[in-house]
Amino acid sequence: MSSKLSQKMGLGAGGMIGGRVALKLDPQALAHLTSGRSVALVTGTNGKTTSTMMLSRAVSALGEVATNHGGANMPDGHVTALSKQPDAPYAVLEVDEGYFPEVVRAASPAVAVLLNLSRDQLDRVGEVRTIEKSLRTALASVTGVVVANCDDIMVTSAARDSANVVWVATGTGWHNDAASCPRCGDPIRWEGEHWHCTGCDLARPRPQWVTGDGYLVTPNGVKVELSLRLPGKFNQANAVMATAAAVALGVPVEEAVQRLRAVSNVAGRYRTIQRSGHRARLLLSKNPAGWSETLTVVREADHPAVLVINAHEADGRDLSWLWDVPFERLRGRQVIASGERATDLAVRLTYAEVEHTIVPDPLLAIDAMPPGPVEVIANYTAFRDLNARAAQ
Amino acid sequence: MSTSKVQIALVLPDLLGTYGDFGNAVVLEKRMTWRGISAEIVNIRFGEPVPESCDIYVVGGGEDTAQTLAVRHLREHPGMQRAAARGAVILGVCAGIQIFGESFTRADQVTHPGLGLIDSTSHAGGSRAIGEVIATPADGLFEGLLTGFENHQGRTVLGPSARPLAHVKVGTGNDGSVEGAVQGRILCTYLHGPVLPRNPQIADLLIEWATGTKPGPLDLPDVTRLRTERAKAAGVPLS
Repeated sequence: MSSKLSQKMGLGAGGMIGGRVALKLDPQALAHLTSGRSVALVTGTNGKTTSTMMLSRAVSALGEVATNHGGANMPDGHVTALSKQPDAPYAVLEVDEGYFPEVVRAASPAVAVLLNLSRDQLDRVGEVRTIEKSLRTALASVTGVVVANCDDIMVTSAARDSANVVWVATGTGWHNDAASCPRCGDPIRWEGEHWHCTGCDLARPRPQWVTGDGYLVTPNGVKVELSLRLPGKFNQANAVMATAAAVALGVPVEEAVQRLRAVSNVAGRYRTIQRSGHRARLLLSKNPAGWSETLTVVREADHPAVLVINAHEADGRDLSWLWDVPFERLRGRQVIASGERATDLAVRLTYAEVEHTIVPDPLLAIDAMPPGPVEVIANYTAFRDLNARAAQ
Repeated sequence: MSTSKVQIALVLPDLLGTYGDFGNAVVLEKRMTWRGISAEIVNIRFGEPVPESCDIYVVGGGEDTAQTLAVRHLREHPGMQRAAARGAVILGVCAGIQIFGESFTRADQVTHPGLGLIDSTSHAGGSRAIGEVIATPADGLFEGLLTGFENHQGRTVLGPSARPLAHVKVGTGNDGSVEGAVQGRILCTYLHGPVLPRNPQIADLLIEWATGTKPGPLDLPDVTRLRTERAKAAGVPLS
């Protein structure tokens, strides 16, 4: 009876009642709404939203796809997204790392994608080794395909016990959280792209898929050009992970790549806004690994940069992580520290010997730059607020 | 000083670098370099021996597993403890305060021996202490307020040979009353932020201990502004 009610409530939810209410009325709502669909789950510290969008585009080659665009990646967001498209035979869901075990249990995914694991919001999400262990248990129960990044030690440890793993060499990984083996604690040794634990048998698995600079190589050794519209190495990594997952669901490689290639703007990220004679490119970065990648992307040109930092609960209230970001790379560039916690950033820039000024309002910070291109890098709530204001 | 260049050892940043505490080493280095004191950071990674010749050792925070591994490593390579015996300056943050003591007991009730550098014991508290901290100096050790961000489950009890660094006004610190520990030239704190960017007076105290000379003034407006902001946010005016 309760299942009938939940289906009614859940399927009827749409914009009327939110996922949170539906879950209150029936805690099994997620299981009911995923039942009978082919489900892919995407998790990891960075790149979840982009990879989810890429994968949903690729899977749409097979039929209608229900997906949670825009980062509402907890169960209430999943219920809302699934309720809006009750007839879609496919679902591609971005999942917060902390909720992943719960969502795996409810959704019995055909494919689970684990992108990367690094430190993120330590006061909220918890320590990366704890997350790795909970993902390990969850992934071991997945009967479908697990697509995992073998260049990330934490990911490898989390995925290795699963029955059916497709390993992807993405060429990206944040190694600062994995000096010691997540399994036995002994030091990890790197030799070129290969790594192994000096104490146990954890080692880099042989990848089926390989990411090159601007291309991928399939398990059959076929080279496919990526030609992405999104910048940076990490988006190439996201694209190859998404392609491997799409192929696991039955999409032909060429078709998958062709579809995800068209992604140019993910929930406002990477888009350029015109403002007071400026062309401001909006980039989102939430944690040291993400910032490190983004600083590499903006390095391609010497444009002035506005860096926007908030510290709300969704961002993590502890800003210690700013010291793990290599801001030294911005030396010699025109930089404005912005956001509610601009001063914390300004102190970091001072010690990085990056000249800067402080303009807390990011739109005014853009205005204060010389006309022309400006790179705007913001963390989570800072980006969200800026994106909403820029759209007005 | 053992060499003309002040050497700052960043101890096991790959294990005990979870909370940006690398920033403490940067602050020490820059505050010396900008005043014409030659200084450099020496990274000591997991699996490598720990030299005993450095002038300042900086130990950061880390997860439980990392903490246990760090103790094991520092016992196998006791360079820092030997340096401490000859009076080297040591900063221990968070996990640092726990592993420097006589022992630390985890939430699973297993007690691990510490490095015995300071007279203290630590144990797991009932709840995790997370948030902004404001504390006042103990025994006039430094000027102004101590500010930082704490995120730890451990509680620490000091023995008679160690004295507290500060008295807690906002937050938890060691036990809700005092914060940190000082014993000889070893200074410990639970505070991240990291602690030295937010508390330049503590950085300069460590530099004074290491060089034997009180460093001259260094005016960094952003640092002053940050201290005022954080104290205000915690509801304590910075006097």
